[in-house]
Amino acid sequence: MTDRRTTIKLIMAAAAGVPALRAMATDPTDFQPDPRTTGDVQRYVPFMDGYGPDPNLIKAYEKGELWPLTLNAQQRQLATTLADLIIPADEHSPSASAVGTVDFIDEWISAPYPQQRKDRDTVLNGFLWLDGEAQHRSGRSFASLHEAQQRAICDSVCDPTRAAAQLQKPAQFFATYRNLTTAGFYTTLAGRQDLKYVGNVPLQRFDGPPIELLKRLGLA
Amino acid sequence: MPFVTASTQRGSYDVIIVGSGAGGGQAAYTLCMEGVRVLMLEAGRRYSPARETPMFQTPDMAPLGDAVTPDKNFGFYDATVDGGWDVPGQPYVTVPDKWGGRFTWWRARMLGGRTNHWGRISLRNGPYDFKPKSRDGLGLDWPITYDDVAPYYDKVEMLVGVYGGDESRENTPAGPGDTLLPPPTPLVSDHLFMQRAPRVGIAVLPGRRAVLTRAQDHRTFPGKLHPGNPRAQKILAEAMRKRSPCLWATPCGRGCAVAANYQSTTVHLPPALATGNLDIIANAMVYEVTMDGNGRANGVRFIDAISGRHEQAKARIVVLGASAFETARILLNSKSGRYPDGLANSSGLVGRYILDTVGSSVSGQIPLLESLPPLNENAAGGLQVYAPWWLYKEQLAHKLPFPRGYHIEYGGGKQMPGAYTFYDLEWLTGGSYGKKLKEDARRYYGSFVEFDGRGAMVPNDNCYLEIDPKVKDRFGIPVLRVHWQWGDYEQRQAAHMQETFGAVVEAMGGRVQTPVITDPVKAISSGGQMIHEVGGTVMGAEARSSVTNRWSQTWDVANLFVADGGVFPYNADKNPTLTIMALAWRMSDHILERMRRREI
Repeated sequence: MTDRRTTIKLIMAAAAGVPALRAMATDPTDFQPDPRTTGDVQRYVPFMDGYGPDPNLIKAYEKGELWPLTLNAQQRQLATTLADLIIPADEHSPSASAVGTVDFIDEWISAPYPQQRKDRDTVLNGFLWLDGEAQHRSGRSFASLHEAQQRAICDSVCDPTRAAAQLQKPAQFFATYRNLTTAGFYTTLAGRQDLKYVGNVPLQRFDGPPIELLKRLGLA
Repeated sequence: MPFVTASTQRGSYDVIIVGSGAGGGQAAYTLCMEGVRVLMLEAGRRYSPARETPMFQTPDMAPLGDAVTPDKNFGFYDATVDGGWDVPGQPYVTVPDKWGGRFTWWRARMLGGRTNHWGRISLRNGPYDFKPKSRDGLGLDWPITYDDVAPYYDKVEMLVGVYGGDESRENTPAGPGDTLLPPPTPLVSDHLFMQRAPRVGIAVLPGRRAVLTRAQDHRTFPGKLHPGNPRAQKILAEAMRKRSPCLWATPCGRGCAVAANYQSTTVHLPPALATGNLDIIANAMVYEVTMDGNGRANGVRFIDAISGRHEQAKARIVVLGASAFETARILLNSKSGRYPDGLANSSGLVGRYILDTVGSSVSGQIPLLESLPPLNENAAGGLQVYAPWWLYKEQLAHKLPFPRGYHIEYGGGKQMPGAYTFYDLEWLTGGSYGKKLKEDARRYYGSFVEFDGRGAMVPNDNCYLEIDPKVKDRFGIPVLRVHWQWGDYEQRQAAHMQETFGAVVEAMGGRVQTPVITDPVKAISSGGQMIHEVGGTVMGAEARSSVTNRWSQTWDVANLFVADGGVFPYNADKNPTLTIMALAWRMSDHILERMRRREI
């Protein structure tokens, strides 16, 4: 059993353990502002392992091709479990993990850019909280709980406006992870098909919505 | 061999044009079609929309699902390369305003410049917009009228291809009727806006954008645009035939491989190159206009961005179309014993009266648009309908706390799902997950609408450019320092936008995603964010109070011209690109006339 205090310690340890930002490449023009300069120098900061300002836009990119991925086997298991709790398979479409969403999230939290770095901390700390909470409640890791037990934990953090004050950070983690799961899932073919998206195909002409629909909506 | 290098350039050119975007591209087109030999210098690399545009790529093929990053500020697939809010090795300095806001400067170092990714919204300035001071006593009048520019709006619309309605409204003119292409059919969400906006007093018109909703009239337009010039007509007809009408798919911001929208690289440069009169040097960072001993410009100095070598090019006439700010920077850096304050700056006004567009946005969710059947709503890829400013009379009667207006850019529909489509849905779903989240996604997909106000700015003395005394870019060229402060008028206008959009969302039966912002200071975009910066080499009726005259010619140097937005003494709510092109064409006609008279 892990008490709340231990959980917090785990989170702190994790925060300290997140690998330090890889050293940024030095901009050869990295001037120090002169005292006479009353303004702030606005400059491009190069990101090591970033794709740079002139990447090839035509090719398809594999996850892990641009920068090394982060999740180990245990973290991947948790990432998969949580992604599929958020977007499970149903009669319309497969689950998030079945269409590569965990790989998408891994690519995202491994990217060198500031927003992704921030999300990385949120997600990795959130994973520790989830496992800590699962240990606390049931003495097992989150991924090995029954779905009902997993959902009970998710229910406590799924809505930041209703989550308890001491659960605000986990609630923010859940919101971030849900955002990333929707981003990963709905940018795939399966996600587009689930939404019945029918665009991105060349058309000879554009006719607009059917008149019957406009009438039904009171717009014609 | 149209693409040349510093060492393979021809011995002499009639005209050097700095910059290859809307202004430079238009000037090159007009001059080359009339037999003028032009050398164009572009600071960025060559760029081929036909080969490099990710036309049908889906977000899952891009890193991070096409998300925004510091390397690609508008998403991975945005057409801009080597550009954005920061350009590697090319810093600038900003002085924070009194609220801590800072100006941000979007640049694109690539052939065609910012025309490759822009929104293509193409609105004409109206009669009031050229004489704002005469109307309400504020700011500066242009030295020209709408009637001076109208024939050039006609020409540009025919050349680049602009869709829109031919209905004119107060200060919202349309051409003679045959210059515009048909507007695209409205989407469901457009119909709702058209039906409900009038309930709060706002009329909705078809949008105007530089997108071909059908093939261009290659039989009659070339004759109208180039009367008495059969060779130009033939080249233009051929260029128009090579452009495809819109495919009704893929976002315009990626650029267009089939040239269905306007980019300088697909519309201006191909026919100009086909004349054989245009040479282009890419990666040529111009930093100085050179002068002969008689007070005339004779060329430019530039740095080859690849080798770092300093180079020179010569011509009888120099046209700066480097973008409003970059053009001012070149003039301010063209200092010598004879011109200690920079070139064309006897008025001391180079870098003064810089302007941007006022921006403010509201998103809403509309229950009537939930759970609609499958619809292909990619349409023309942007502004389908819009609302021009509607309160001119109230403003003239001083019933509003700000003197100038704005228009409403509107968007909605079932666009291709992206990384952010279902971000932060909690305000609607109560934090659903599981099967319920999938149901919610289906329900809300396509039910969001966006209102973007784009408003006029009155020039003020707190907005200006100067050369920073210390900071240099990677080429060793001194950089700009930008001073920026919105006026009260602009901030109040932004708050009015918020209030209006909230009322429209309500009239559409929806709710706003976040409460409308009533604090004027917080309602407004930061300077430069709209990427509509103009001014700095403003045109006027007198040499002491302006940098350029009614022909975009500098008062001080007879053979030095400005083809970009630098000449704008006022930034109306209308997006500036169409006017930049119209003025560049007009300037080029003037250059041709003066060359024929052997005056320059």
